[in-house]
Amino acid sequence: MRLSRRDALAALVAGGVGSLAGCGAPTARSSPSSREAAGDAAETPVGDHELATLVAVAEAVYPSEVEGVGEFVRTYTGSRVEGAGSYARGVAEAVGTLDDYAAEFHDIEYASLPASTRRETLEYMSVDDVAPDPDGTEAQRVRHYLVNELLYALYTSPTGASLAGLENPPGHPGGTRSYREGPDA
Amino acid sequence: MSAGGADGGEAVDRTPSERVDVCVVGAGPAGAIVAAELSAAGHDVVVLDAGPRFDPEDRPERMERHLRPGVDRAVWDTGGERDTFSASGDRHYPLDAARVKGIGGSTLHWQAMVMRLHEQDFRLDSSVGLGDDWPIDYADLRPYYARAEAELSVAGASDNPFAPPRERPHPLPAFPPSYSDSLFAEACEAVGLATHSVPNARNSEPTDEAGACVGYGTCKPVCPSGAKYDATRHVAAAEADGARVLDRVPVQRLVHDADGDRVTHAVYATPDGEEHRQEAREFVVAAGGVETPRLLLLSRSESYPDGLANSSGLVGRYFMDHLFAGMGGTLEEPTRQKHVGFNTTESHQFYDRPDDSRTAFKLELLNYAGPAPADVALSADSFGDELLAEVREGYGTHVAMGALVEQLPRRENRIRLDPSRTDDRGNPVPDVVWSLDGTTRRTIERANEVQRAVLEELGADIGWTVGPENTGPAYHHMGTTRMGTDPAESVVTPQLRTHDLDNLTLSGSSVFVTGGAMNPTLTIAALSLKAAEHVDERL
Repeated sequence: MRLSRRDALAALVAGGVGSLAGCGAPTARSSPSSREAAGDAAETPVGDHELATLVAVAEAVYPSEVEGVGEFVRTYTGSRVEGAGSYARGVAEAVGTLDDYAAEFHDIEYASLPASTRRETLEYMSVDDVAPDPDGTEAQRVRHYLVNELLYALYTSPTGASLAGLENPPGHPGGTRSYREGPDA
Repeated sequence: MSAGGADGGEAVDRTPSERVDVCVVGAGPAGAIVAAELSAAGHDVVVLDAGPRFDPEDRPERMERHLRPGVDRAVWDTGGERDTFSASGDRHYPLDAARVKGIGGSTLHWQAMVMRLHEQDFRLDSSVGLGDDWPIDYADLRPYYARAEAELSVAGASDNPFAPPRERPHPLPAFPPSYSDSLFAEACEAVGLATHSVPNARNSEPTDEAGACVGYGTCKPVCPSGAKYDATRHVAAAEADGARVLDRVPVQRLVHDADGDRVTHAVYATPDGEEHRQEAREFVVAAGGVETPRLLLLSRSESYPDGLANSSGLVGRYFMDHLFAGMGGTLEEPTRQKHVGFNTTESHQFYDRPDDSRTAFKLELLNYAGPAPADVALSADSFGDELLAEVREGYGTHVAMGALVEQLPRRENRIRLDPSRTDDRGNPVPDVVWSLDGTTRRTIERANEVQRAVLEELGADIGWTVGPENTGPAYHHMGTTRMGTDPAESVVTPQLRTHDLDNLTLSGSSVFVTGGAMNPTLTIAALSLKAAEHVDERL
């Protein structure tokens, strides 16, 4: 099943892009990452590297039958984290955390890991086991800002939720017709 | 997003107006409707609300808070020092989850099911010897119900054989039944359960005020599109007619004249820590079933040492809520749940009480049973194809029935002040003293029996039950300033004015004598229209 740019835009409309800057923002934060400290605070901390990392994480956590992941993630998440809001900082810091973890074991950044190692790395970090928490441990923040960001985008989109038989999932303004229709409509 | 209101609390003029005609406390549905009515009648109105004015642009973000685990900030920012409360009864009461403070009040997070009470509800003691009678009957409220349905743009159909008589169709057509409802139809017929449509205060068609529902599926707790009615519509109407509506100005107390006959002014606080006094000819307190009695209790004086308007000693007494009873499970076929966040079929067959053996209950077929794909995915401990398999396993075959169950008024259930704890302004917090009685438990069990019969007939593998032991409140706060003709047995008159003070009206569910088992907001709206009419007559 192919994710389209339209899916991403529909999800963005549902999510009200532009108003998400404060969503799940940490209320207390550890020292800023080296990336953020080196960058211009007025610019978005989510650049090409961060987006490439998000795509790499998506390829690890999305089902294999989903295609078009790169464009979907760049359109959806890229638009959500424009600007220098705390949510964008959270995403960038989580990418930095993931990179540090990958570098410690593999000497390369997460996005450069072979596809087969990306999920394994998340699991070694216990990202699969922890509850998401924007103020929590490193694994919890990676779960919140990266993994759940991506899973939220996918499974509240019509194409993603349709993988489980729901073409109008909560969070998506898909009208008031589908609820009346049977599975074969 | 600014939790403190669209303006951040700084730019708005919150100083009082010159003595106005009407000061309304609370900008939920009761206060907003009174304010809109009286403003439209040409009166000067000031509305004071404790909470913020929420920016509609923030609603998608609030929806995401609801949908994403890990974001522990409340969808409508309830909680914290401002909302500190106690719950000292046999049953804990989760007050923070049960209400919204701010412009629009709890209609911001409500389900928007809007039914009229039945004729028997107003004559419960006379008809079956339960509870008490109201001092008004259905015929008295009927014209106000019709107006309330128009005010809330109710989508409904006249297909309910158990409903009280009505004079004209609902303003908007009912939402058609769901596919899930169709799966239930045969089973309901087999067990002899008659079903019908659900009146919803959400637009099935566009109106001048809002577009039609677009199916976000998150009605409770937030409708991003505004198709679900909330009281900001009446706030806007009031403001268009000249009313001043101030947010973040919790009223600290009401002050009366030397004779104790009339309220002279409301003392309110502003975000900068100042206190102001708003004078008015008439005062309407419409702050819900918890804060309305709390404000009266906080306003005690030498003339009213037990609380303002509390000569009866009943302010805060007879607190009621509806209880939830439910049952659900899975079928061996797709059930198409979670497309919308509202229900389309229910049954009032067991509403009226045959005798004093049980109270009322109404049954609902849910369109949002079980988890959505995102609910499973965002909390799962697997990724990729394994996760998708888990999502497919978790979503798709659930069915469920809910019920609202009536709780009778009991003197010991009450809202009182907890002097040992204070809120952010130093005021004693509300203490919710709440418990269940045997009759309510029996009614919950009866609702469960009917639910089980239907689900077994449907062939469902029943997976969960909410019965007497694990039931919870439906967040309908009622009864704490009850209506009556005897000043010794009630707080307000049938005209919703307090027995004790000539210019103090209470509007909202706090004046209910009994609560029935219907979602209360249509009755709140009807009573508010009636209250506004009586205030207008006095001005």
